[in-house]
Amino acid sequence: MTDTSVRQDSPTAPQQSAPEGGDAAPARSLGADARRQLARSPLFWVSAALISVFVLMAIWPSLFTTVSPNESILRESRSLPSSDAWFGRDFQGYDIYSRVIYGARASILVGIFTTTFTVLVGGMIGTLAAYNGGWIDGIISRITDMFFAVPFILGAILFMSALADSFTSYFGVIFKVVLALTIFGWPSLARLMRSSVLTVLPNDYIRATKALGASPWRIIRSHIIPNAMGPMIVVATINLGAYIAAEATLSFLGIGLTPPVVSWGVMINDSIVGLRTTPHMILFPSLFLSLTVLAFIMLGDAVRDAFDPKSR
Amino acid sequence: MTDTTTKTKPSGHTYEPVDGRLLDVEDLHVEFHTEEGVARAINGVSFHLDQGESLAILGESGSGKSVTAQAIMGILDMPPAVIPQGSIRYCGQDLLTMPDEQRRHVRGPEISIIFQDALSSLNPVFPVGWQIAEMFRTHRGMNKSDALDQAVRLMERVQIPAARDRVKAYPHQFSGGMRQRIMIAMAIALDPAVLIADEPTTALDVTVQAQIMSLLQELQEERQMGLILITHDLGVVADVADRIAVMYAGRLVEKANVDELYASPAHPYTRGLLESIPRLDQKGQTLAAIGGLPPNLMRIPPGCAFNPRCRMARDVCRTDVPPLREVAPGRLSACHFAEEVLDA
Amino acid sequence: MSKYVVRRLLQMIPVILGTMFLIFAMVFALPGDPTAGKCGERPCSEAYIAKYYEENNLNDPLPLRYVKYLGQVAQGDLGENQYEVPVAQDLEQRYQVTGKLALMAVGFEVVIGIAAGILSGMRKGRFVDNLVLVSTLVVISIPIFVIGAVGQYFLGVRLGWFPVTVSGDATVYQLLLPAMVLGSLSIAYVARLTRTNLSENLRSDYVRTATAKGLTRSRTVGLHALRNSMIPVVTFVGYDFGALLGGAIVTERIFNIQGVGGYIFRGIQTRDGVAVVGAVTALVIVYLFVNLLVDLLYGFLDPRISHD
Repeated sequence: MTDTSVRQDSPTAPQQSAPEGGDAAPARSLGADARRQLARSPLFWVSAALISVFVLMAIWPSLFTTVSPNESILRESRSLPSSDAWFGRDFQGYDIYSRVIYGARASILVGIFTTTFTVLVGGMIGTLAAYNGGWIDGIISRITDMFFAVPFILGAILFMSALADSFTSYFGVIFKVVLALTIFGWPSLARLMRSSVLTVLPNDYIRATKALGASPWRIIRSHIIPNAMGPMIVVATINLGAYIAAEATLSFLGIGLTPPVVSWGVMINDSIVGLRTTPHMILFPSLFLSLTVLAFIMLGDAVRDAFDPKSR
Repeated sequence: MTDTTTKTKPSGHTYEPVDGRLLDVEDLHVEFHTEEGVARAINGVSFHLDQGESLAILGESGSGKSVTAQAIMGILDMPPAVIPQGSIRYCGQDLLTMPDEQRRHVRGPEISIIFQDALSSLNPVFPVGWQIAEMFRTHRGMNKSDALDQAVRLMERVQIPAARDRVKAYPHQFSGGMRQRIMIAMAIALDPAVLIADEPTTALDVTVQAQIMSLLQELQEERQMGLILITHDLGVVADVADRIAVMYAGRLVEKANVDELYASPAHPYTRGLLESIPRLDQKGQTLAAIGGLPPNLMRIPPGCAFNPRCRMARDVCRTDVPPLREVAPGRLSACHFAEEVLDA
Repeated sequence: MSKYVVRRLLQMIPVILGTMFLIFAMVFALPGDPTAGKCGERPCSEAYIAKYYEENNLNDPLPLRYVKYLGQVAQGDLGENQYEVPVAQDLEQRYQVTGKLALMAVGFEVVIGIAAGILSGMRKGRFVDNLVLVSTLVVISIPIFVIGAVGQYFLGVRLGWFPVTVSGDATVYQLLLPAMVLGSLSIAYVARLTRTNLSENLRSDYVRTATAKGLTRSRTVGLHALRNSMIPVVTFVGYDFGALLGGAIVTERIFNIQGVGGYIFRGIQTRDGVAVVGAVTALVIVYLFVNLLVDLLYGFLDPRISHD
């Protein structure tokens, strides 16, 4: 499931090369039209509200709970949800509600940073390949293929294992996960960017700017990027959810975030043995994790609908 | 009439025209029910078509001419389209009340259609010959190789060079004009009694336009088809059409023989259209265009729909819908002041 | 066409070499002592360690080791794992299991995904459509390991519909539930992709032509619209095969399946570099070849794409 990023562009990328698409409408820049469309979309507001809550949780967990996630009451271990501990307690006697709240931070950090880095790296590399063409494109594309050939989750597992003993502080571990997901996540975005830049390049306004003697940097910055970013924004939003799920998968396998870091993936891994007797322990972290992923997917859908009314 | 769908008369058609009358469209209404509201695309259109006759339906985009064609073919998406009123009789049979399966057998063998954009109208993933042959396989139950032979024969008939070699080629491998010939071949495959050409040449170069129009004319004379030509371009139909029906905002505003209409239009809208054609003998003069835009079909103005753009509009035009009436022998116009227009 | 295949194969050589190096570098950077556990409970003798390092080229710099490894692989030798079993022999058996699992997942993807997509695409906006949309969204947002664990518990343990674990020979029956879990995300994507494409194609001009030709509704939808809608779907399923192989690592762990995923995972845990590199490399090569096949198939499915 964590391979969403890899999958996003594969079915659509080859279509780009289809000749005679009739009126191959150039990707529109962030138009006022799209923004108005977004503002009218309930999907957008629901997902934006959900995301705001989770982000707030990540920044300021004490706003939601006064209980420390590391306060253990062992004799109440595995207790069911009650007015005392809303979501019950886990094996260690930790308050699940509090841990779920504090767990948001790791997921949100991984999601946002991985998305930022993959978009930057993938976007830059894809643009370079498409803009320069020729042998530069050939080399860049082959390098992209090398990273693309390693299944996303497998590559991340290998990378995390190789660095298992380094960077063990909270931010160190998060940084490691971000790095692992970025290294194997950028190729799909580079491919996507490459193909969308290739569709923008033949437009008359780009040729005109070139003919007027604008520098390549200027052409790329003010004409190509704004017009080719549309698909990237959509895929990146959906990927953000996928990266969060990937982080949880790594933690679930025991090679991502590790205690004492509080993380939904770790919580699910810890409670899976109790599925039969204490399902509440796995329910709440799973629910929060799924809601976060869902929120970003819905946001991506809403953004895509706003940009491309045809897909509705 | 038992099992009319399978029995075929000697002419090759299941239905026989009564007194040469092929089509009778009576008081046709079509509405589109959308989230934004109800768009009244056709508001009471009546016309007829005889054997061997060419009728041109003329109008701007949004005038309802293509919707009329699709209503006759029975290919409107319903919903959102609704036909609340009217009848379309083909050889005396009302197509609108006909069971679906029976109506399906009308499409192709009896009435067929050519669309504007042949590239998107042909399926990109099947060879053109296969697509033509599909007509014979579906309606005549022919086997694959016989049907393909027929396809080659038709491609030759519409003058596609090296037809036998190209029968397995795909639509994108042909030029625009050739693709439209393939559409035509497909449409005439089963020798239909009525052929509808919906803007058949709009997407083509001017020289190719003339070739396609003369091919259509030739085929029509050869097979004595009834031909309905739908267009926004008066110039295209002048040579081919016998009669012209002008549509505006889902109504017929004028009907006349082609020569008479050209000589003296009986509706201000028709006059505006004629005046907006560039003419060689009036070089140097400003081209007259009709001011304004066609009305939004969800908010057609009361009275005569053309009144906001009409230079002659008076009070009555804003309140009363002008009926389509005979204003001179053989001349029908839906204008309160048609006589004035005619005399001008 | 054959020129295209040759060009693609030539392009694949540097990609395979590069990918292998990437894997090689990561695996041999795995921390820990490679000789740990080699000599029973006691630590190994100095002499043994020296000999082991020498035999396994562990003293050489990484690029040299890589070249030596390549030479070995070129002779068809993937080396031996910690237990001195040839890795190739292990993989042969493990790939049969994982291959079966992945193919079954693809089967579910195609059958369930496409069927749901067609139902939904043909009745856009109706109840079935909303049902498919919501349920796929739910499947997409729940992590696969939660689906796996919950599915195993409810369908396997509670209801007893499916076997809970998978034995060494991994029968088709035993793999039903794991394959469904492995394919669940892809099923959802295939359903959505089919729906989007079908509903778009149903509004296309050539479908209107097909209707105007007097074809039956089933032929218009089932042949004309569906044939075009399947182009991106088939491509997706093909590319997805590699992702399924990678995703097997999670599924195999949940259901305790003796496949490649489990093999790689155990290799990582026990620092068995030779086993991991061999298994992952084989997986990557399979993936690249499947991708090539998909690209060729794409040209076949869509005549507008030319591979000249």
